[in-house]
Amino acid sequence: MNPWYKLRRETVISLGGLALVWQIASYFFPPYLFPPVPAIAHKFFAILIDPESLANAGATAARIFAGLTVAFLLGAVLAFVMGRSERSYRYVYPLLNFIQGIPALSWVVIAIIWFKGTEPRILFIMAATTLPAFSFQILDAYRSMSKDLFEMTLSFRPSKRDLFRTLILPTIVPGMLTAWKVNLGNAARVVVVAELVGATGGIGYQLLMQQQLFDMAGALAWTLVLVVFVLVVQQVITRIEGWLLAYRPSVERSA
Amino acid sequence: MSGGNADTAAAAIEFSKVVKRFLRQDRREESYLAVDRLSFTVAPGEMVAVLGRTGCGKSTMFNLLAGLIEPTAGTVRVLGHDPFREFDWFRGKIAVVFQNDRLMPWRTTLENVELGMELLGKNSEERRENALGWLDRLGLTGHAYDYPHALSGGMRQRVSLARAFAVNPEILLCDEPFSALDELTGKRLREEYTQLVRENGKTSIFVTHSIDEALQLGERILVFHRPAQIALEARVAGGEREAIRQRVLTAMNLREAEAAAALEVKEGKA
Repeated sequence: MNPWYKLRRETVISLGGLALVWQIASYFFPPYLFPPVPAIAHKFFAILIDPESLANAGATAARIFAGLTVAFLLGAVLAFVMGRSERSYRYVYPLLNFIQGIPALSWVVIAIIWFKGTEPRILFIMAATTLPAFSFQILDAYRSMSKDLFEMTLSFRPSKRDLFRTLILPTIVPGMLTAWKVNLGNAARVVVVAELVGATGGIGYQLLMQQQLFDMAGALAWTLVLVVFVLVVQQVITRIEGWLLAYRPSVERSA
Repeated sequence: MSGGNADTAAAAIEFSKVVKRFLRQDRREESYLAVDRLSFTVAPGEMVAVLGRTGCGKSTMFNLLAGLIEPTAGTVRVLGHDPFREFDWFRGKIAVVFQNDRLMPWRTTLENVELGMELLGKNSEERRENALGWLDRLGLTGHAYDYPHALSGGMRQRVSLARAFAVNPEILLCDEPFSALDELTGKRLREEYTQLVRENGKTSIFVTHSIDEALQLGERILVFHRPAQIALEARVAGGEREAIRQRVLTAMNLREAEAAAALEVKEGKA
């Protein structure tokens, strides 16, 4: 049996089961607690066909990508600094570990005090919360580089640029892609918290509106939009991964 | 003992009283002597086999030769230059075939063979043509676009040979490249290697722990004993192979017995 089809069928069954349980609950509870599934679906599709709502979703997506890009670039630089120098590693690692322990809500408070505009605040929060994970994952990938392949490449006396292009980059690409997949989920959770504070658009802002209107169906519909966005982007990354890592034997490729 | 068969002035490779000590990672104040006042020369176009038991310092000598590590004392000269300090000067002049094939798993067979030429800045057309020629020569026609995981051990080692020969180096360094292969494949690759080195007039250093391999691949054999000193030097070309084999065996066993006796004295057992 086609494993993709099998997975899809199982996914549909489990998510369908959840929807069914929810629908049954809606018969016993008021709509502001358990709105019926058709009402949630109606709101969800209304968001997808309304340009203004889509612009809100797009704003959130842009914030996620901007935050992740900044965190990825900074994290990669820090990972290389740590990877190339044990001394730097001993200084930078504890700092990143410390930063990783700070809750997203604390970053929100710090961002509000430090920055004036909404966008710089959200960018800072996104970057600060995902930076350590990017750094650690890229560092792990860098350190997993084969010593044998390093010596072999070095025996041809490559320039630093060629060494990076031919050996280091292909070695760390799988780690980078995993880091993006993992951090995408984290970023989606954090962006909503960040948008709750001061933003005048985006999924977090819309969730705040639904809470003030006591509209549970609307809140769930906006949550679904965010989840679908994360799943779609993760699928895109998985496809890129499959293309870039096509050289691996099929047993090694992630499902 | 110093191996001095090649003319020092015109030598392709020259080791002169080379010492290499490694710091022990756990106890920094102590060091391990891997190579002790090693001296030998290799003439241009000569095929030399370096023979010795596991742990005798062959690989350390090999890494010194490849410029991957720096000697603690003494001098290493390859083509008149220092392979460690003048590392970049050797670009395209030295190629190494390692014990394991060390193919990049993300590159196809063809791209692996092209690697050295790519790092030398050759254009893609020239690289491809040359790489395909070497693959053809080594019996890998039809496998150019396979990834390494799809090849057998013997085929992979052939690709690593093609990668080394494709840069047209003056010196080839081989560190037991056929030791992990089955007997038949190893034999065939040894024959192919000898033919390629002779046809292309390369200087070759072949490190091995097999006497038969050393006899097949070396015009001259240097027998190492711990810590990387030369216990015996024998010229194979024109020599009586069985007699050389006995001399090599005696040298290896004698040195091993001496080393064991010395160790016993040191530990107070004698």
